[in-house]
Amino acid sequence: MKALCWNGVNDLRVERVPDPSILNPKDAIVRVTMSSVCGSDLHLLDGYVPTMKAGDIIGHEFIGEVVETGSGVKKFKKGDRVVVCSIIGCGGCAHCLDNDWSLCDNSNTKPEYLDKAFGYATAGIFGYSHAFGGYAGSHAEYIRVPFADQGAFKVPEGLPDESLVFVSDAFPTGFMAADMCGIEPGDTVAVWGCGGVGQMAIRSAYLLGAGRVIAIDRFEDRLQTAKEQGKAEVLNYEKVDVLEALKEMTGGRGPDRCIDAVGLEAHTTGVEEYYDKVKQTLRIETGRPAVLRQAIMACRKGGTLSIVGVYGGLLDKFPMGPAMNKALTFRMGQQHGQRYIPELLDIVAQGKVDPSYILTHKWTLDQGPEGYQMFKKKTDNCMRVVFTP
Amino acid sequence: MDTYDSRLSEILRTARISPPSTGSSRINVGTKERMASTIGGALMVYYGMRRSDKVGVALALAGGSLIFRGVTGYCPINDATGRNTAGKEDVAIEITSSLTINRPRAEVYAFWRQLENLPRFMSHLKDVQQLGPKRSHWVAKLPKGVGVVEWDADLVKEETDTLLAWRSLPGSDIDNAGEVAFVDAIGERGTVVQATISYRPPAGDVGGGVAKLLNPAFEQMVKQDLHAFKQLLETGEVPTIEGQPSGRR
Repeated sequence: MKALCWNGVNDLRVERVPDPSILNPKDAIVRVTMSSVCGSDLHLLDGYVPTMKAGDIIGHEFIGEVVETGSGVKKFKKGDRVVVCSIIGCGGCAHCLDNDWSLCDNSNTKPEYLDKAFGYATAGIFGYSHAFGGYAGSHAEYIRVPFADQGAFKVPEGLPDESLVFVSDAFPTGFMAADMCGIEPGDTVAVWGCGGVGQMAIRSAYLLGAGRVIAIDRFEDRLQTAKEQGKAEVLNYEKVDVLEALKEMTGGRGPDRCIDAVGLEAHTTGVEEYYDKVKQTLRIETGRPAVLRQAIMACRKGGTLSIVGVYGGLLDKFPMGPAMNKALTFRMGQQHGQRYIPELLDIVAQGKVDPSYILTHKWTLDQGPEGYQMFKKKTDNCMRVVFTP
Repeated sequence: MDTYDSRLSEILRTARISPPSTGSSRINVGTKERMASTIGGALMVYYGMRRSDKVGVALALAGGSLIFRGVTGYCPINDATGRNTAGKEDVAIEITSSLTINRPRAEVYAFWRQLENLPRFMSHLKDVQQLGPKRSHWVAKLPKGVGVVEWDADLVKEETDTLLAWRSLPGSDIDNAGEVAFVDAIGERGTVVQATISYRPPAGDVGGGVAKLLNPAFEQMVKQDLHAFKQLLETGEVPTIEGQPSGRR
C-alpha cells in the first residue's frame, strides 16, 4: 500500500510499504478513507519529538471502513464505517476504567522511554514516535487499530467524512479543553490558538455554558473563522497587547477560564520570541511557553488554565509566582477521546456542530509532503489539510 | 546509611533468595584487592600511555591485566596457585520490581502459578514444563538465536495467593532463583506483584564482571516481563508493533 513516511526532520515521503495485518486478537484493519494533518505532527516534522525512526508512517486523525477483525473484536464487522480515536486505550487498566484513556497503562509498547522521561509511561498514539508506542499511522491506505472495540466508533449514517473525521482528535481535544475548564454559566473563556483544536474548543466552550469566548491568534483568516463559525470575539496578538485587551474586555477581572491550544512551538512578539527560539534551538528548553506565560498572567484570580497544546519536556521562565498567588487551577492532558466521542458523534448528527469548516484543503495522499509544507507555512489560508488515499 | 526497604514480603526481608552456586560462578579475588588492582591498573595504563617507548607499552599492558583482574574478580594466577582471597562473596545479580495489576489477587496468583504461562510474558523463555508438584523444566533462548539453555527448578515456597519462590537445581546451565509476592493493593485497586529475580553469571563469565555490565539490560528485561504480565492479565494480549508496516529499508 501507499503510506506517508517520516524520514528525518522536514523529510516526508510517500512510499510503498506492506499492507498491515492482524497482530493481536483485539486488532482490526481499517481502510482509511480520510486522514487529517494535526498541529502536533509539526513537532515531529520539526524534530522536537525524539524516538522517531526513518520509515515511520505518521498520521493519527482518521476515519475509514473496517475490512478485517481479529478473533477478539466483538463490536465490529467487515464494512462498518468507523472513526478511530487517535490515542490507543486498552479498556482494562485502572486508568481506562476511570475514563482517563490517554493515561492507559498497557497500550504503549515501549513504556521504558516515557518511564524515564515522564516518571510513568502514558498511552500509545498512532503515528507519534516510538516513545508513544511506535504504532504505524493513518496517512496510508490501511491501518491496524489495536483494541478496536475501545478505540473505534461506528459513525451515524448519512454524514460525510468531512464532518466526521475530526471527531477522531480535534473535536474531542477541543471539547476536553472546555470540559477541563469547569465552565460555570456566563463564564468568559479565552482560547489561545485558532487552529483546528482551538476552533473546536471555542464551539465546545459555548456548548458547555460559556457566556463569552475570546479567541487569540495572529492569522486573520483563522480569527475570521473563529468569529464567523465560533461566534468568538477575537484578538490578534501582533496588533494588540493581549493582557491589556483581555483586562479591558472583562471589566478589569480577567477571563475566568484560559485554554492553551498551541503547545510547545508557541510564537509571540519581541524579545521573548527570540529568547525562547534560541534556547529551544540549542535544546536548553524543549518548549516555547509564550502562551502559558501569557495565560497565567491574563487569567482571573482563582481561575482555571486548561492545557491541550502538546508539550514534551522542559520549560523556562515559568511564572509560578503569579500562578500560585492567584490560586489558579491547572488542568491538562492528551485527549481522553473514548470518553467523549460517542457524545460528540451525537452532537454532529444533531447538527449542533459541523466540524467540516476547519477543513480547508482536501488532497490525495500522494500530495502528503506538499500538504504538510502548506500546513506548516499556513499558506493559502490553510487550517487543515486532509488526505484521501 | 539508611536505605528505604521496599520489600513487600516478610520472607524477602528475612531471607535473601540466592541461587545455588555450582562452581562456574566463583570469584577468587577479594573486594579490597580488586579495588587496589583496578586503581593500580588504571594508573599504570595512564602513565604507560604517556610514555611512547617499550617501557610504556609494557606498563600499559600490565595495567590492563590488573584492571581485568579487578573488574572481573578473577585472577588466573590465583587460580593456578590455588590462592583465593574472595572468601564467600556473593556475586548473584538480583533485580526487584513491582507493578499493580487491576485484577483480583487469586486470579493473578493462579496465572503465575501455572508455570507453563511464564513464556507468554517472559520474552527470554521458550518453554516451561511442570514435571511434578514442585519440579519444573525450563528452556530459555539465548540472545540472537544462538541456542538455548535449560535447567530444572523446584518451587521452594508456595503460599496460595500470596507467595511463590523457585530455585534452579545444582548443575544448571544458569543458576537462578525467583520469588514473587502477591499483595492486595490498598483500596481495592487490584494486586501488587513484586518479583525478585536472581541469577549467577554462567560459566565463561568468571566472577560476574560481564554480567554486571549487562545488569541494566537484565533489569530492563525483568521490568518488561512484568509489564507484559500486567498487559496479558488486564487485556488478554501483549500489545506489539512487531510485524507492522513501515518504510524502513
